Amino acid sequence: MSLLEIENLSVSLPTPKGMLELISNVSFSMEAGARLGIVGESGCGKSLTALAMMGLLPDKAAARGAIRLNGENLLELDEKMMRSIRGNRIAMIFQEPMSALNPVKTIGSQISEGLKIHLGLNKTDAENKTKKLLDSVGLPLNRFPLNLHPHQLSGGQRQRVLIAIAVACEPDILIADEPTTALDVTVQEIILELINEITENSGMGLIMISHDLGVIAQTTEKVLVMYAGNAVESGSTEDVFQHMAHPYTHGLFAAMPKSGTRNYEARQRLYSIPGQVPEAHARPKGCNFAGRCFKATAECAVEEPVLKPLNGKHKVSCFHPLTEGNPQ
Amino acid sequence: MAITLLVATVVVFLVLEILPGDPASFMLGMEAQEDTLSALRAQMGLDQPALVRYFKWVLGLLSGDLGISYTYDVPVSELIIERIFVSLPLAILAIVLSTVIAIPLGVIAASRHNKSSDLIIMGFSQLGIAIPNFWFAMLLTIVFAVMLRWLPAGGFAGWDAGFFPALTSLLLPTVSLALPQSAILARVTRSAVLEVIQEDYIRTARAKGVSRGSALWNHALRNAMIPVVTIMGLQFSFLLAGTIIIENVFYLPGIGRLIFQAISQRDLIVVKDLVILLSAAVIIINFIVDVLYAVIDPRLRGSGHA
Repeated sequence: MSLLEIENLSVSLPTPKGMLELISNVSFSMEAGARLGIVGESGCGKSLTALAMMGLLPDKAAARGAIRLNGENLLELDEKMMRSIRGNRIAMIFQEPMSALNPVKTIGSQISEGLKIHLGLNKTDAENKTKKLLDSVGLPLNRFPLNLHPHQLSGGQRQRVLIAIAVACEPDILIADEPTTALDVTVQEIILELINEITENSGMGLIMISHDLGVIAQTTEKVLVMYAGNAVESGSTEDVFQHMAHPYTHGLFAAMPKSGTRNYEARQRLYSIPGQVPEAHARPKGCNFAGRCFKATAECAVEEPVLKPLNGKHKVSCFHPLTEGNPQ
Repeated sequence: MAITLLVATVVVFLVLEILPGDPASFMLGMEAQEDTLSALRAQMGLDQPALVRYFKWVLGLLSGDLGISYTYDVPVSELIIERIFVSLPLAILAIVLSTVIAIPLGVIAASRHNKSSDLIIMGFSQLGIAIPNFWFAMLLTIVFAVMLRWLPAGGFAGWDAGFFPALTSLLLPTVSLALPQSAILARVTRSAVLEVIQEDYIRTARAKGVSRGSALWNHALRNAMIPVVTIMGLQFSFLLAGTIIIENVFYLPGIGRLIFQAISQRDLIVVKDLVILLSAAVIIINFIVDVLYAVIDPRLRGSGHA
């Protein structure tokens, strides 16, 4: 049994046009201490998947399927049980460090809050642990006392505080939702290293959500590519990066600027995938990507492809995968 | 702050100069002789040029001498101090009661947004805003003083009569002032909290395992307090000065009634002094509100304004 098993997860949200399914039948699993990436464009359902795992979907959202942590389906737990899991066994780092910390509370109180809730630490113990945590995320106590307020810190420093909050209770799984998107490029690198270091040292599982393939390559072993609420390709990060099979994954790579092109003549306009992600209420029949796909055929507009093994552990949901692998 | 007050003195003085109504002729009646009138004006110092009278008044204010009331013939300061001991406790009680009612109701309404408890609370709040407070005051008097005979219908026992009797006579006025205020305050609290609970840091708190209720009271409420405190400041200023109607309904010897009487008796010196006093009170309240902003939100500290 894997640590985390997500099976046919579908999430619908209420809209003026009725319930809309934003995530459809997404499945993946993850072993203890594993490092999984979820990659895709904005609006593909990455963050919603993460929120579903945290049990923090909007009030009227409906989730179907199963999210099993050690065999226990989180979707069936009541709020009180879910609270004991949040921040304790699954924790999350959010995208916007500038707004994700409470401006009127000290960083010390925000970090120690989870310690008091889940580990039942008293004030002194919580404070001592908080000091250690701050130190471990690279905010030494002599320069960053516990009574600082978030506005006294830079974006990168605030993200460090958020990492300290997330890892405070040593969760089994740390979900990092675009943790570096809002940061300066130089700071991004350092924060990724910090996340790598902390999760590796403590054997924490990591789910890295990003639209940035570089971030995924740097932090994960396995990857799940999502498009318009579906998982379209999955496998080991190395395999998917080298032998990408789905035309969408191919498009993502082609749209990435390549480093090392010194020859100005050789520079070209960046590739962009034609068209736009279909709106959730206007998703086509058949493959969601068919309208933008250079390999699409008549079949793609009729039948919906499912995620199936291409070779070994690499899976793809496409009728016309790009690699030579043998679709079974 | 001092400049604001100085401007207030000029405005008050000029307005009362321009408005018709001669204290001397009011005191002596319609049939007074012209020479008796001018003798009285000379005695009251009203024959001096406006500029001289203005400076005498302002210098008096600065040295704590508020002048002598035309009608009561006692120092204005005595009159005011006596009345402040009615109006200030009344205002404080009313704002405390209003806050105690409004903030929990506002938070509950926000946390049950669009559910029945929210609609009920907001319905009562709408009612509280719509009902004129003098009518509500009379209703309270009929029920609690006339029918049940629990509380006095009006008048003020005086603090000499003991703390409890004095407090009892302020109870109904307090309630009739506080409820309409709390109706407004509850709405402000609700909308402020509704805005704050959308914030990212509330989600961060929830992701830590903080319960919905705790996120609301411990994380959201303090952030929602800035607009609430602003409205409370305005309400307190209003309670100090604007209780004329309620003080009249309950026959309380407070500041509001003093202004009312002073105006109707052309006791201009009392009117001028009271207006300046209330301006000073409003300025002080605004200052306190600014200080509270800084207490609530660390981002507003040390910016050196106010």
